Amino acid sequence: MKRRYRPDVDVPEWTGGHYPYDILKEGTIALVVVLLITVTLSIFFGSPDEPAITIKAWSTAAPIDYAQTAFSELNGTSGTASYGAPYNQGDSQRLGPLQLEKWMGVRIPINAAQDFVLGPLQSLPGQPALTSALHTFQTASDATRNAWFDAYTKAEATMSFAKDQVVVPTTAAGPVPLMINDLTAMARSGALDQALLTRNSFYTTNYTQTLLLLSDGTYLANVAQQQHLLGTQWGMMNETGSYPGQAWLWLYTLWYQVPPYSQSSNGDVEVFGTLVLLSAFLLFVPFIPGLRSVPRRLGIYKLIWREHYRDQS
Amino acid sequence: MLVGALFPLNHLGHYLHWHFINVSVANTTVMILMIAVFVAAVALPFPGRRERKGK
Amino acid sequence: MNVEQQWTTRLRKRAVATLPPQKLLPDTQPAYVSSWVYVFGVATLASLIIVIGTGCILAIGGPSWWHNSSIGNFCNSLHMWSVEIFFFAMVVHLWGKFAMAAWRGGRAMTWMTGVVTFLVSIVTAFTGYLSQSNFDSQWISTQAKDGINATGAGGFFNVLNMGQMLMWHIVLLPLVAVLLTVVHVVLVRIKGVVPPIETEVAP
Ligand code: HEM
Repeated sequence: MKRRYRPDVDVPEWTGGHYPYDILKEGTIALVVVLLITVTLSIFFGSPDEPAITIKAWSTAAPIDYAQTAFSELNGTSGTASYGAPYNQGDSQRLGPLQLEKWMGVRIPINAAQDFVLGPLQSLPGQPALTSALHTFQTASDATRNAWFDAYTKAEATMSFAKDQVVVPTTAAGPVPLMINDLTAMARSGALDQALLTRNSFYTTNYTQTLLLLSDGTYLANVAQQQHLLGTQWGMMNETGSYPGQAWLWLYTLWYQVPPYSQSSNGDVEVFGTLVLLSAFLLFVPFIPGLRSVPRRLGIYKLIWREHYRDQS
Repeated sequence: MLVGALFPLNHLGHYLHWHFINVSVANTTVMILMIAVFVAAVALPFPGRRERKGK
Repeated sequence: MNVEQQWTTRLRKRAVATLPPQKLLPDTQPAYVSSWVYVFGVATLASLIIVIGTGCILAIGGPSWWHNSSIGNFCNSLHMWSVEIFFFAMVVHLWGKFAMAAWRGGRAMTWMTGVVTFLVSIVTAFTGYLSQSNFDSQWISTQAKDGINATGAGGFFNVLNMGQMLMWHIVLLPLVAVLLTVVHVVLVRIKGVVPPIETEVAP
């Protein structure tokens, strides 16, 4: 016995006619048309290229933001210092019982205080005051350091920048003010950009550390906000300037805007999981009863093949 | 000197904001064009077969 | 030794049987193939070719050429706009094939290779944005790291490592995308263009 005919799965054998159709010519025309549109759009509109922000540019434009970020790396309160896997120990996002981030472990180790503050400062030659401040800091007990951090944190709100110096109104922060000040000077000279990049090699294509440091400050995000690129601004779809961006990411960024995702501390992994699920639906449309009947119910096909159905009747 | 485009789009964009929806004018243009092209592709007659047969 | 037993002979016979030349490069189409909707697969293919061509020109100059050369910058514009057209055409193609339920008649693999190509293209474009080496890539990479890290992949696929992302963008992902596209188009040719939806069959 023959299986029942399923209109969303099967097709009847085509017994009608054929007519000449030159697919190579079609392809060539398509290639020329697309090339013409591409060239026209490029001549008229070009493409965006906002220059990258260096640590030097950041600390010059916003020295206080830079100094406060540097301090947060030193006392371990920055985003990177407390990130968790893959950079260091810390909390990770959860998807139900899954802690994918944590399970993969620390694969790109970052020690924020050492990598962003102490290491670069140690690399500066011939600065006796700094060398002794670093020595004081590194030989101090945790309790003493915490007392310094507390004092600095309290004074930080009224931090100012004058005559190339970071001014923090406190005397109880030990060597910390001098360290942050010297690091800010180093950053403003451009030396920190180099120190972070070429620590391990002359040749480099890996910007992990510099980018993590940049993203711990508020300067990068402020520039991004002006360009309408923040996650909360559906920024994932947007390009700098008024260029079209990755419009195809609308369904990805959409979830970040609505509850429960927008309020969840596991938002990233939940959005990702949702997208994997939706992609699976798209992938398996041909096998999902109901979903695969949608085209037949929509009826757009009647328009597409209107000549065929007209011939039939 | 870099020779640029005729009408570079480097100025800040405009954005459409409606409840939680927030899309740039550029992206909206692209999406509307996509829908328009799809509708046109479905609606417009395809040249070839009919004409040749002279029906 | 029997020629018929050779691997080469068997492979050739099998290849020719599944995809004879008149199926690979047909000069006629069934009468129902008469709509502009059909051109968007070819338009996607054409824009993919231009995307890859302009990408190759950018590769000749190297990763920072386009920042400080007018010609390089123009090639970057060509690359960007052809990518926009590529996605434009691909999405219209996807809508069209959905509207036609073009997975019918044993074409599920055609549909599925299409979907996977779509997803791979999105990742390829994403790594392209990371490879721009400008403010946009700084912002996108520092934002995207949280999403990727949350899945556990961040330790292996480090979006902050520009060298790694550039390699993925210009070698690995295009290779996958092109291979998938070839499989996709070959499947279309093997199966032929899907006939119209018929709600019932004549007995
Ligand atoms: C790089 C991306 C892609 C390329 C280059 C491409 C190319 C093509 C070409 C040239 C055809 C034959 C002509 C036509 O019917 O339009 C075709 C058919 C098809 N495509 Fe794609 N495609 C791509 C992506 C997709 C996507 C994203 C989907 C759906 C999710 C898809 C689903 C299909 C299906 C189901 C057919 C078979 C149509 C039939 O048998 O009539 N393709 N594709």
